[in-house]
Amino acid sequence: MSVEPAPAEPTREVAPLLSVRDLHVTYPSAGAGIPAVRGVDLDLAVGETLGLAGESGCGKSSLAGALLRLLPRGTEVTGDVLLDGENVLTMKPGRLRAVRWTHAAIVFQGALHSLNPVQRVGNQIGEAIRLHSRGVSRAAVSKRVGELLELVGLPARRARDYPHQLSGGQRQRVLIGLALACEPRLLIADEPTTALDVMVQAQVLRLLDDLQQRFGLGIIFITHDLSTLAEVCQRLAVMYAGRIVEEGPSDEVFEAPAHPYTRALAGAFPVIGDPAFRMQPAGLPGDPPDPRYLPSGCPFHPRCGAAVQVCSSTHVELWPAGPDRSAACVHAPGSPVPV
Amino acid sequence: MTGAPLLEIRDLRVEYPARHGVARAVDGVNFEMRSGEIVALVGESGCGKTTLARTIVGLQRPAEGEVRFRGKPLGHDRRSLRDHRRAAQLIFQDPTGALNARQTIYEAVAEGVRIQQIPGDEEALVADALARAGLRPPERFFTRYPYEVSGGQRQRVVIAGAMVLNPSLLVADEPVSSLDASVRGEILALMLRLVRETEVGMLVVTHDLGLAWNVADRVAVMYLGRIVEEGGTEDLLTAPRHPYTRALLSVVPEAEEVERQILTGEAPDPTRIPSGCRFHPRCPLVESGEAARLGIEERCRSEDPLFVPACHAVAA
Repeated sequence: MSVEPAPAEPTREVAPLLSVRDLHVTYPSAGAGIPAVRGVDLDLAVGETLGLAGESGCGKSSLAGALLRLLPRGTEVTGDVLLDGENVLTMKPGRLRAVRWTHAAIVFQGALHSLNPVQRVGNQIGEAIRLHSRGVSRAAVSKRVGELLELVGLPARRARDYPHQLSGGQRQRVLIGLALACEPRLLIADEPTTALDVMVQAQVLRLLDDLQQRFGLGIIFITHDLSTLAEVCQRLAVMYAGRIVEEGPSDEVFEAPAHPYTRALAGAFPVIGDPAFRMQPAGLPGDPPDPRYLPSGCPFHPRCGAAVQVCSSTHVELWPAGPDRSAACVHAPGSPVPV
Repeated sequence: MTGAPLLEIRDLRVEYPARHGVARAVDGVNFEMRSGEIVALVGESGCGKTTLARTIVGLQRPAEGEVRFRGKPLGHDRRSLRDHRRAAQLIFQDPTGALNARQTIYEAVAEGVRIQQIPGDEEALVADALARAGLRPPERFFTRYPYEVSGGQRQRVVIAGAMVLNPSLLVADEPVSSLDASVRGEILALMLRLVRETEVGMLVVTHDLGLAWNVADRVAVMYLGRIVEEGGTEDLLTAPRHPYTRALLSVVPEAEEVERQILTGEAPDPTRIPSGCRFHPRCPLVESGEAARLGIEERCRSEDPLFVPACHAVAA
């Protein structure tokens, strides 16, 4: 993806754009609190695309919110979130405001409702620019708004439109333009295409891919749609019950999952033309566990088709599962647990 | 059972008043379905697939044309509609919205039984419907509220509420698109099983071609109010003939081998249906010059293909 000739170990050696260590997110509740994220490590290099997959309630959106400290007041967030080497979790409010937008921006799930309905979309983008670069002339702001809209594939004149005058796909483009207004180096996209039609989804994915290549953006892409992630991301991390349970190059993870949970998720996306999926919809029985009452041992064991005796009592961690891959399963090749 | 089709649709048109004129949401649809058959109706938002579904269950009156159900034309008087709405059940996309948040699961399923005055013991009917929808033991769910169960279980409640009325046709509008991937397969398996057990016909309205491959016997592809291609699932999805179907298939994430044909723009406006072939302004064949090479470009722009697959290139 990068323009320079790639060294042997292209991105792993350089200081990462984002580095997350032992991240915990706990929501307040009567009693002990609800652990939504329970110790996540992540690295993202400049220009790298990482997909984060998992069912509703697995903690992926909490993780995304924690990266920019966007979670409700009272939420306990511990660990380190190093963005360009600076810890987001200990930043002063003023610095945090500057870092949001200029270093990292987020495109939300259900983003279709996050535009102000009574303000022209151009003004909404312009506001973000003005707030983050004082003393810019009105003309310069409006020129930049036009450029941003064209960047995301909309004519500059659409700046005068109100959100309701735009279709779902166009609004999603505006939001991506808004996120890019202050030239962030990291874009967090939380279910950015879930509410969109297939064809529009393909358009938005192509746009993100194009932006990533042109600006070397780092992108964290969050969705339950594993097949989309496999297509647009270089690396894939699968979350279950607040932890990453598998990580690796996206093609390999999707096509040859090492964790039974990933296997079940991947199996839920039928491959058209493959007789194995014909009239045989596959799912995963049961529901994700309540984060307050996690099963003992591997939290996936009650739903797992490959569970053995030790699973209910073994503490699983991300163990090696092939070159550049890891999986939190006793069956992983690098698991130290005899099964 | 195998004689007359369960559902026949002839030259159906459904219109809505729009700010500038009339939106022809369904614009000349012909279609048939049999009992025990699963048909996927696919297309982009705004192609008219939901309007067609609503017309089939009697929620929308056609402007022209006819819906025949079990051999008889669908009437729009109160009585025929009440009977029809028992026999043809609609399942919505979002089970949370479809259920009354202040009603227990028992009440949600029993309501239809009362309205339709289904004979038999109400509690036994509800218990049986819940159990068949995979909510076992059913009694455990009676007094629960929708918010107390998972999204997948809510969709099972909605399905139980439909099946308790013993319908001949289920129309499911994006039945799994609001559900997690892991739950999707479970719900689809349930629907497949119910169709096999009860011979109910099922029309699944969806934009998800993978879902069609998963469960449908037949697929109908809709574009701007018209069915543009139709056929057995295996044929249609592995050897699509209409360029629109080909484009839809090319953007499915797993379809690796084919070149992506990302159509520009969104499904166009049903208030301004293009002349000629309604797909021609977005058609890759026209854009690439292939239509010109075949000598049909003029017809693409001026002649409405009133056949299926609705493409002059296929007919040529």
